[in-house]
Amino acid sequence: MSNEMTITFESRSSNEAFARSSVAAFIAQLDPTVGELNDIRTAVSEAVTNCVVHAYKDTIGKITINVRLTDNNSAIIKIKDKGCGIEDIEKAMEPLYTTAPEEERAGLGFAVMQSFSDDVRVRSTPGKGTSITLTKKLRLRVANV
Amino acid sequence: MIPKTKLDGNELTVYLSGDIDHHTARKIREVTDALIQEKKPSRLFLNFAAVNFMDSSGIGLIMGRYRMMLLFGGSVRVVSIPENLRRIMELSGLGGLNVLERSGELSESVK
Ligand SMILES: Nc1ncnc2c1ncn2[C@@H]1O[C@H](COP(=O)(O)OP(=O)(O)O)[C@@H](O)[C@H]1O
Ligand SMILES: [Mg+2]
Repeated sequence: MSNEMTITFESRSSNEAFARSSVAAFIAQLDPTVGELNDIRTAVSEAVTNCVVHAYKDTIGKITINVRLTDNNSAIIKIKDKGCGIEDIEKAMEPLYTTAPEEERAGLGFAVMQSFSDDVRVRSTPGKGTSITLTKKLRLRVANV
Repeated sequence: MIPKTKLDGNELTVYLSGDIDHHTARKIREVTDALIQEKKPSRLFLNFAAVNFMDSSGIGLIMGRYRMMLLFGGSVRVVSIPENLRRIMELSGLGGLNVLERSGELSESVK
């Protein structure tokens, strides 16, 4: 059965845990494995942290997460901000590339999102904002008869 | 989370717990760096036994302490790494710096 939820919250670092836990709690109804849930938490944490640290650097803005569960047991997670946007997406996604080394960012956020989900899509307009779409396919469980 | 710490001669151990993300890494960094500067240990152990979750902020935290200890002529060892954190730790390239305790290795920090 398909299902959907949306949450919007302020880009405060104290909301990073709230965001990944909320997404995991919603997806829990698909009966994912502990490993799958951990992957989702990790990827969502990266995307949300990027909104807090980069998109709304020196300011507070709104972050919206939409999660859609599909009939074929996938979770499609969209994380959106209306922050500064990304000039060069390809470069931003290179491992170890960071514009905030002074904050001890490792430049591995996108690499982690790619490793911990099945698909990562990035859309961004400088000055307007960024949206990240993560797809996680959950392994199919045998239906109860 | 304010991490517990233990100083034993010139070895400093920091016991991390809970979730390590961008929000919690700040406090851990402050506490750890203040102790490094004050005590100038030659070995820093970051004990991850009680850590449930970590994202790339944890990698930044380890890398930062690695650089700081190098500056003081010391070294860092990440010990008691939970199995579910192995993948993100290895993705970081930290393995190549000989900072990560291998899985199954008898923990150096246990005495
Ligand atoms: N939501 C965003 N808004 C603006 N810039 C972003 C966003 N997400 C990522 N970036 C840019 O992409 C770079 C790489 O991101 P990432 O791989 O997560 O590494 P890190 O966050 O450690 O810098 C960031 O340093 C930043 O310049
Ligand atoms: Mg990041």
